[in-house]
Amino acid sequence: MEHILNKNAMEILLKGDFLGFDDNQSKEDLISQITQSSITKIVIDASELKKWDSSLLALIFEISKLAHQKGIIIEYKQFPQNLKKLTELAFLVNRKPDTTAKEELSIFESLGEIGISIFQTSLKGLSFIRQTSLSIGRFFTGSAIMRRIDFMFALEDCSYKAVGIVSLVSFMVGLILAFVGAIQLKAFGAQIYVASLVAIGMTRIMGAIMVGIIMAGRTGASYAATIGTMQVNEEIDALKTMGISTQDFLVLPRILALTITIPMLTILSDFMGILGGAAVGIGILDISAPEYINYTYKALDMNNFMVGLFHALIYGIIISLCGCYYGMNCGRNADSVGKSTTLAVVSSIVWMIVATGIITLLFEVLGI
Amino acid sequence: MKTPHPQIEVRNLSIAYGDFVLLKNLNFTVNRGDIFIIMGGSGCGKSSLLRVLTGLTPISGGQVIIDGTNFGNATTETKNKIMRRCGILYQSGALFSSMTLAENIALPLQQYTNYSPQLIKELVELKLALVGLAGFEDFYPSEISGGMKKRAGLARALALDPEIVYFDEPSAGLDPISSKLLDDLIIDINQSLGTTIVVVTHELASIFNIGTNSIFLDGNSKSITGSGNPNELLKNPPNEQIYNFLTRGTK
Repeated sequence: MEHILNKNAMEILLKGDFLGFDDNQSKEDLISQITQSSITKIVIDASELKKWDSSLLALIFEISKLAHQKGIIIEYKQFPQNLKKLTELAFLVNRKPDTTAKEELSIFESLGEIGISIFQTSLKGLSFIRQTSLSIGRFFTGSAIMRRIDFMFALEDCSYKAVGIVSLVSFMVGLILAFVGAIQLKAFGAQIYVASLVAIGMTRIMGAIMVGIIMAGRTGASYAATIGTMQVNEEIDALKTMGISTQDFLVLPRILALTITIPMLTILSDFMGILGGAAVGIGILDISAPEYINYTYKALDMNNFMVGLFHALIYGIIISLCGCYYGMNCGRNADSVGKSTTLAVVSSIVWMIVATGIITLLFEVLGI
Repeated sequence: MKTPHPQIEVRNLSIAYGDFVLLKNLNFTVNRGDIFIIMGGSGCGKSSLLRVLTGLTPISGGQVIIDGTNFGNATTETKNKIMRRCGILYQSGALFSSMTLAENIALPLQQYTNYSPQLIKELVELKLALVGLAGFEDFYPSEISGGMKKRAGLARALALDPEIVYFDEPSAGLDPISSKLLDDLIIDINQSLGTTIVVVTHELASIFNIGTNSIFLDGNSKSITGSGNPNELLKNPPNEQIYNFLTRGTK
């Protein structure tokens, strides 16, 4: 490439092959000469150009952009037809994105923005809870628009279809609880109390927590993904414009189904956990079966059992609310569905832990 | 000549997302019985305008008046009442994937009428037949083609005999023959039922084939830069951009 600078014009001669043209030094020289000079015209002569690729086009594009900015007339001399067309194509759409730079915020302003964002998100969440409560109210007064079949599908999905995984995980948790308890209790020759430990542990909290975690990963994620996909497919828009309450139609059947089934799954989990404990107690710790059953029976307490079920009920509400909330607030692309699903599971588990802390503290104060 | 009767009046409408103003100072009127085209290049705000007209996005300024009622500032109840007189065909059809076509179309009928199950069944069959899908009642959306989904979506949009039907890019993703069939269907609905039709599109064939009135949205000036019958706009384009758009920049 050669260039000749006259008083008012510059001539750039493209000679030979321009394949993978990456000579930054000559590019920079050329650009700086154009920038600093007061020329009114640039002629790019391609009469001796042989082979070329996009690297040449990029160079011409850079020169042309600069020429446009400075109001320099540009002439493309003896350009091959395809190169000329591509050059024109690059300038065809002259729409610029809005690049108005946002003012850089100070640390206090940034903190303020974060605070406002948290406040707005909280308001959104509270509004969702309010709308859901109203929807539940409408359900009890018989005015909710809910299809029975949707409720039955949701019920099916979070009831017997979850039995296998809940049973397996709870059995293993009972097993682990018994093993861990036995290490310490054996030292005092009190391994028989493994039965009590497993029975109390499973019925009071562990059963409910395990079911909660399983259902958050299984059903909560499924709610967020299903509703999120409906958002992407404009199905939620269609419901809204039909004037049908999305809360009644989509959220209510799911909340009801999970809130009804989760305590039942917790009872199953309690039983399977105790069974897992028994497998260790009877099979490995050499406790006789009647003795183990007797100690388990003695440790079982209606109070603990009801506390476990109460936890489960709260977890059911939390999981279904989180799943539906993130589904309803999903963006409009596939990526957002993934994000909503993750957020639904993570926030369900976080809120479950928070709720457990509050309930435990409350029951401690109340002496339950 | 019939006196035009305004059905949708848009006055000084602005649409913004946070600080970003998408469209401003929009003024236009859709008359009863019009096939009104909202056209413009990609990203100029056509679909956003449709979302505002259907109450899915709040307006940032100005008014949207439907049959004399200020729709933009109306309560949810009033909006729902107005929207029950409107049907919408979304770009994807937006059929509920867990329901059969019959259940999809029956949903608004079950919700807003006291019709007997038998009458609803008959109406569903009729609406499906009207869009050329007779016999597809028990099919799920996943079992039919894209063009059929759109027609089924139109059958659902027509379920409650709406006064206004909105179409969001009806030709998108359709082959030319399906697209032409859908255009013909839109004209049939408009002429036989007197339904006002609002179509968001940039398909030139559809624009000239069906449009009786139109506006052109310009993404750069964020406003309407031309309006009128599309064929008239082609004959007397108000600016070069509209001329280029309507001729695909080829003439």
